Amino acid sequence: MTATSTPAVAKPGLFGKEEISAVKDPLWDNNPIALQVLGICSALAVTTRLDKAIVMGIGVTFVTAMANVVISLLRNFIPNKIRIIVQLVVVSGVVIVFDQLLRAYMFDLSKQLSVFVGLIITNCIVMGRLEAYAMQNPPWRSFLDGIGNGLGYAWILAVVATVREILGSGKLFGVQLVPQALYDAGYTNNGLMVLAPGAFLLLGVIVWVQRAISGYVEK
Amino acid sequence: MQFLRNLIEKQRQLYHAKDSKFHKAWPLFDAFETFLFAPEHRAGKQGVHVRDYVDLKRVMNTVIIAMLPCLLWAIWNTGAQHFHAVESLLGAGKLAPEGYTLGWLQALLGGPTLGAVTAFDTIVFGLQRMLPILIVSYGVGLGIEMVFSVIRSEEVSEGYLVSGMLIALIVPASIPLWQLAVGVAFAVILGKEVFGGTGMNIFNPAMMVRAFLFFSFAAQMSGDQVWVAGNNSQHLIDGYSSPTALAIVKPSVITDASATLAEHFSRADLFFGNIPGSAGEMSKLAVLLGAFWLIFTGVGSWRVMLAGVLGMLGIAFVMHGLMPASFGGPVTLSPVDHLLVGGFLFGLVFMATDPVSSPETNTGKWIYGVLIGVVTFLVRAVNPAYPEGTMLSILLLNAFAPTIDHFVVAANIKRRLARS
Repeated sequence: MTATSTPAVAKPGLFGKEEISAVKDPLWDNNPIALQVLGICSALAVTTRLDKAIVMGIGVTFVTAMANVVISLLRNFIPNKIRIIVQLVVVSGVVIVFDQLLRAYMFDLSKQLSVFVGLIITNCIVMGRLEAYAMQNPPWRSFLDGIGNGLGYAWILAVVATVREILGSGKLFGVQLVPQALYDAGYTNNGLMVLAPGAFLLLGVIVWVQRAISGYVEK
Repeated sequence: MQFLRNLIEKQRQLYHAKDSKFHKAWPLFDAFETFLFAPEHRAGKQGVHVRDYVDLKRVMNTVIIAMLPCLLWAIWNTGAQHFHAVESLLGAGKLAPEGYTLGWLQALLGGPTLGAVTAFDTIVFGLQRMLPILIVSYGVGLGIEMVFSVIRSEEVSEGYLVSGMLIALIVPASIPLWQLAVGVAFAVILGKEVFGGTGMNIFNPAMMVRAFLFFSFAAQMSGDQVWVAGNNSQHLIDGYSSPTALAIVKPSVITDASATLAEHFSRADLFFGNIPGSAGEMSKLAVLLGAFWLIFTGVGSWRVMLAGVLGMLGIAFVMHGLMPASFGGPVTLSPVDHLLVGGFLFGLVFMATDPVSSPETNTGKWIYGVLIGVVTFLVRAVNPAYPEGTMLSILLLNAFAPTIDHFVVAANIKRRLARS
């Protein structure tokens, strides 16, 4: 958070037009999952339960924002030829910090998420924002861009996970939601929703709905 | 007839013009009109046009006629398997005659006298299960198609008339209706309408329904319990299990699957369809009748059918000869038995030949058919999880159909270039 004061000097206003759009665009108009179709692998893997999805969303938001700030601060000193390596080192560092925090304070969830926290390193959204945004923009705006993209990723994960957990196991946050009476009447959980293809179908539906509303057409 | 014609003409003005009262519902009106009367607009007398009354609607009707033997057998066999199960439970003393509950149609038309079940009772029970399945399949599917065609202001297409009946024939007769409705809605929306409706789908819509149900509600779509319908709350018979022919030969400890199969079902039973399984695909005789009708009318591709049979026989013959008996399971089933068990012939005749999702080129059809046979066999015999592979192989090859076409066309271009 120390980085927040630096750009304030360089730029007039903490929340100018560009800053607002850095947060707002990735939430809907330029959503990393629905529009850019990035970060799909983890969206399939961690969305069987809502709590896992939310922690994952927080993790990606944290990592994207922090890595964006660090790379943005270093952007004028990174030799172009080795910039990917530098970015990877920074991302790895932030991911390890998040992983350790998770192990320290939410051990059960950390065990359930297992390798997927570590695999945030390979999340295309993180690297994509570093390359596309942090390398060209000052730290404060990069930080907001990281937050925006992380949240844009997180809300889609939360929607997918909500549907998957309710339809797939009748629960939400691990709490039974579908009443026993419904099961007695012949209702059954949908096994497809527990499998990765179920998440894939849901993502497809979200992309469909999102593009139908926003009017985006693939060029 | 004239009365009907007059009625339609009178209603037409309510729908046709852009500013008329119900113009939004014009696709529906058009669908009903062309269902009743052949459309008047024909190609002009001049120039090169196809002047033929065989439009999509007639083609679909031809396929439905081809499926009628299967549907009739589905109704009969659903009842026959039910009473076979009930009688065997009665004989074993596991069910008391007064413990037999009646379903809705049986209550309406009179229940059976157990011990002396008539053909009428059998048909009543078959209808009791098959009618609701057909109604749900057609009702949900056509309903969604109509909504989409109104939204898009397109004609309602006839493609679903065939899909709706196929769906009823490839699910177990005990399928819960709400699950069927969910499956149909899924397949029609995500398998067909998102791609642009009839003629644009990548996968066979009826197979999509089955795949969705199979992976979503495995307990109601597989196992030993679901193949014989009953009258309890899950439409099953309490305490009765009857594995399908393929499930019987699946365990890898079996080293002579044909002999094991013969202990349960005779080849005549398998051929005439006197076995438990999905509602309509059990009788190979009914499937063959449908196949002859499709080939005779030229609606179904004989190339796909023949290639599929040859592919299946070929790989079964090779694997049967090559693999040691200790490999076990369906590999040790004789090639002819592979044709007689499961839904392979049904899938091949009615679903693999779907003109939309199969290749266009004749060479492509051969490749496609052979591969369907081969993949079906491999899923049956080598995959440890699934007893039957017809569904998975047809869906897989549906995905590859455009690729097959692409390479056939590319090879053709290359050959003709080399010639000049």
